[in-house]
Amino acid sequence: MSAFPGTQGTGPMSGFLMRDKGGMVLLAILAVAAVAVPLSNLLLPPGSPFHVPGYMVSLVGKYLCFALLALSVDLIWGFCGILSLGHGAFFALGGYAMGMHLMRQIGDRSVYGNAGLPDFMVFLNWKELPWYWHGFDSFTFAMLMVIAVPGALAFVFGWLTFRSRVTGVYLSIISQAMTYALMLAFFRNDMGFGGNNGLTDFKELLGYDLQAPATRAGLFVATCVALAAGYVLCRFITSSKLGRILIGIRDAESRVRFLGYRPEYYKLFLFTVSACLAGVAGALYVPQVGIINPGEFAPAASIEIVIWVAIGGRGSLYGAVLGAILVNYGKSYFTGAMPDAWLFVLGGLFVAVTLFLPRGIVGTLPAFPFAAWRRRERLKLAPGQAAGGGTDG
Amino acid sequence: MRRFVTLFVVALCLVLSAVTAFAQAPAAQGPDFAALVKHLGGKSFAARLNAVRALGETGDARAVRVLEAMLGRNLYATTDGRVVIGEKKGDAYALRDAATGADAGSAPSGELSMVRTNNRLRNEINSALGTLVLMSDDPDRRRKAAVEVFKSRPKDAIPALERAVARETDAGVKQTMALALAATRLEHGADRAERLDAVRMLEGSADDETTALLRGLVSRRADGGFSEADEVVRAAAQKALTVIESRREMWDFAGKLFQGVSLGSVLLLAAIGLAITFGVMGVINMAHGEMVMLGAYTTFVIQEIFRAYAPDAFDASIVVAIPAAFCVAGAFGIAIERGIIRFLYGRPLETLLATWGLSLILQQLVRTVFGPTNREVGNPSWMTGAIELPGGVLLTHNRLWIILFSLAVLGMLALVLKRTQFGLQMRAVTQNRRMAGAMGIPTGRVDAMTFGLGSGIAGVGGVALSQIDNVSPNLGQTYIVNSFMVVVFGGVGNLLGTLVGATTLGVVNKFLESWSGAVMAKILVLVAVILFIQKRPTGLFALKGRAVEQ
Amino acid sequence: MAEPATGSSRAPILYLDGVNVTFDGFRALNNLSFYVEPGELRAIIGPNGAGKTTMMDVITGKTRPDSGEVVFRGSHDLTRMDEARIANLGIGRKFQKPTVFESHSVFDNLELALACDRRARATLFAKLDGEDRDRIAEVLEITRLTDHAGRVAGDLSHGQKQWLEIGMLLMQAPELLLVDEPVAGMTDAETEQTAALLHEISGKHSVVVVEHDMEFVRSLGSRVTVLHEGSVLAEGAMDKVQADERVIEVYLGR
Repeated sequence: MSAFPGTQGTGPMSGFLMRDKGGMVLLAILAVAAVAVPLSNLLLPPGSPFHVPGYMVSLVGKYLCFALLALSVDLIWGFCGILSLGHGAFFALGGYAMGMHLMRQIGDRSVYGNAGLPDFMVFLNWKELPWYWHGFDSFTFAMLMVIAVPGALAFVFGWLTFRSRVTGVYLSIISQAMTYALMLAFFRNDMGFGGNNGLTDFKELLGYDLQAPATRAGLFVATCVALAAGYVLCRFITSSKLGRILIGIRDAESRVRFLGYRPEYYKLFLFTVSACLAGVAGALYVPQVGIINPGEFAPAASIEIVIWVAIGGRGSLYGAVLGAILVNYGKSYFTGAMPDAWLFVLGGLFVAVTLFLPRGIVGTLPAFPFAAWRRRERLKLAPGQAAGGGTDG
Repeated sequence: MRRFVTLFVVALCLVLSAVTAFAQAPAAQGPDFAALVKHLGGKSFAARLNAVRALGETGDARAVRVLEAMLGRNLYATTDGRVVIGEKKGDAYALRDAATGADAGSAPSGELSMVRTNNRLRNEINSALGTLVLMSDDPDRRRKAAVEVFKSRPKDAIPALERAVARETDAGVKQTMALALAATRLEHGADRAERLDAVRMLEGSADDETTALLRGLVSRRADGGFSEADEVVRAAAQKALTVIESRREMWDFAGKLFQGVSLGSVLLLAAIGLAITFGVMGVINMAHGEMVMLGAYTTFVIQEIFRAYAPDAFDASIVVAIPAAFCVAGAFGIAIERGIIRFLYGRPLETLLATWGLSLILQQLVRTVFGPTNREVGNPSWMTGAIELPGGVLLTHNRLWIILFSLAVLGMLALVLKRTQFGLQMRAVTQNRRMAGAMGIPTGRVDAMTFGLGSGIAGVGGVALSQIDNVSPNLGQTYIVNSFMVVVFGGVGNLLGTLVGATTLGVVNKFLESWSGAVMAKILVLVAVILFIQKRPTGLFALKGRAVEQ
Repeated sequence: MAEPATGSSRAPILYLDGVNVTFDGFRALNNLSFYVEPGELRAIIGPNGAGKTTMMDVITGKTRPDSGEVVFRGSHDLTRMDEARIANLGIGRKFQKPTVFESHSVFDNLELALACDRRARATLFAKLDGEDRDRIAEVLEITRLTDHAGRVAGDLSHGQKQWLEIGMLLMQAPELLLVDEPVAGMTDAETEQTAALLHEISGKHSVVVVEHDMEFVRSLGSRVTVLHEGSVLAEGAMDKVQADERVIEVYLGR
């Protein structure tokens, strides 16, 4: 038996989390937030300095949804080199599945008071519910669809794309075309998803009033749990042998192929998992912001996700989470304080990060203890080797 | 809505000015013209009616002015029995003699009584005007009048039409008049042979009016009987209808083809610069759409300058805008290449992200400078108007120009690539950078110039697009997805592929549109391209072999 | 045309017959026929554009020939299979430019190459057992990389990367190795070691080496096939081939 230093995948199965110090910190923060934020919001009086106001709960909840979405993009881009510019589509589909359930929960409290049809259908003079709306009355069915619809689309798209070896920029372009086509489709009224206005005016979820602070706190906790679970899942995948094959595909796809693996199936698996995660993120996002509309399909929205990941640190799971929260906090701040400046800032971020920060915050900042440690290890072993982690897809 | 009203008013003014011009043209002096005009001022309604009818039949051009004035409530009878055309000037009216058009001094309103009209009279006036215009000196006016007659088919227009056809010299107008005559005869003719002749005549036409007329003949009335009693005429009409419909289908096809080619030319203009930056250099420039937008805004600025300093030369503004836009967008392109892209060669995904960021910055910059709303870019007069084909197919001049322009740009580009020193260096650098560098080609400069060329061409595309699309900060965004589709579909690095790709996508889109609606057609085309790329990942005209593998 | 092998009754492990490949009118392979016997070490030389790499592409399924037969172990028609299937049949390929997983450690590189279930589901829960470790240790020894097992492959020297790639081929336990320019960019000492390494490997495996370096080919002491313009120009021992008029003409020009 020979033991080799510094090799992965040799420890016990549960070790995939233990070795991930940054991830442990993230999970700990999430656990604390999931307990502290709702408690402080519900129990402390509004005047207290430790009171978290209700809007803040929803806002942070929204950031965490974006973090989950960023995680899903990092999973495929950071670990397999697939740059999807259409991941917003999976997020939006998950959101629409949730939105459809919430629409059905409105019942006869809608403006037109028609329990059988959502308002926009009454307005369009539709007589009965389209077939694809059936089943969304059931929460279980809707949750299934939240995962199944994005997953199925990703599977079909990936099946066609990866098998014909569409890679790199081509894949990015056609994934962008996919979300663009979906956006055009969802803008159409006769698609039956509310057209331009999307789905909104939700009342309750599982019988709880969506406006009630307790419901919002509950959604916040659910988001924390989903993000933590998503993180653990991604971490498990990326630290398995499959994960190392994925990195192999990212860095030298032909090598993987000539070793006898079929990269297309690995990519397909990862892409589908990633789309499901994005769908869950969308489903949690919709009840917290109260609306889903075709704007979520816009190509620009999908590209924005990529910059969260790039800023946080591509190929680092907690980096993606960090990037999503930072950029979205910045967006909230700028759109409030200097609305005209936001696009300059965002555009500048794209340029600056790719030019000066190709490894993102986590990969660059020495202040971040684990990243610095890892970098030292690398430097010790390899003087003069630059960003070998594959900055290119 | 407001735009429609403006358009309508403009159209009206054009017609009126034409009428006035024609009215002043000398015409054969009818002996009783002045007398007829005098009758218009008569008290008796019947007398006025007869006078209008008679004026119509004179075919005298001067009658138009009088009748128009009557319709416009500007025709007055003076207390001393003259008939004049009055124009309000302060308290009084400036007068012109209705018959001669000579100045007739002025009069206070008290001395004038307006020549009144009623519905019946107005109809009569319009019909008389129609007849009169058939004899106009302006062929376009005559043609329009004939079209008007076709629409209303008044029985008493037959003699006027017969005379008009007989003296008509313009073949096209003659044909229109003959059709109008046939339609009128078909409706009012008593004789079967005459009506069958008319049907046969109408068979040669393809427009909506003819089809509607013939359809009316073969349709059934509410009570179940045929609206046309004569069986033979009905059968002939049915046959003519079949002929016309197949011809209409052909024209309809031609029309869609034109629209498709036109859309294709727009896509080509948007994509042609990408064929350089993406196709030749392999740089994914997501800010390409913004180069197009900059070109469009350059056109706007140039036009503003012309409006302010040389309004008479406005028609030349586009010609000036083309090189200006090329320089502006090209300069931006060179700056982008030197400032950002050159650090990212070999990292296509990073390039994509950085240039996307740039596109956001450029959009916001333009929004800050020019405002978020659409800016007005005018069409020069030589680009307005249209050629009308039978069957109502309109080939607008601006679309025709843009088709020609896109081909010219493509041709110029091909020449630059194939025939110039720069093109040679460019191809050398893209094929083997190190070797080119070793041979003394300044690769960095060639990169910058190549990117500048691609961007400049995008800017030139923007000049053309400003003529048919809204010029707003989002202009580029609407084209970016489609232009990438064109380049990828046609095959990267291949100008012919770009041309074929753009035209195919344009034509397919337009033909799908009539079947599925505009938005659905776009979606279907996108999906089709996505599926196509799966089948042929390297596009329609792909390079094969070792050169493309890496 | 390949002359029939003498003194061997065994069926060839690989044979190509009348293979044609055309790229946009350029004939990369022109009616190419030749075969490799089990356990044989074969060198292939030829000027640039002779079709050496294209031939490798055809054998490994990267390029589909326009016509002709490519048969492995007498029964497998390689022209109908994809790269992964061919690799799993037992054909390993080393690229001209060393291609290893640069962000993985040397150990991980070998582990990924280890012959095992190649399906995604299996790899998600895969673990190494003692036997696998011993196998990896053995290959590390053969490729002289034991001391570098923990290093990131991207940090290895050029020659070490070449060896690592050969090591990865060995982990696959293939019957046939296709090795494209294994000594390009190596020092003389490394070249010598590589020649020894390839000798060590052949016998157990069939090895086809494509190389420009004539000294290296000579040191292999194997049968040599000369390709020119997509077909076999000459074949035989190095001395015989070097004396061939046509070979001299091709290499020195006329």
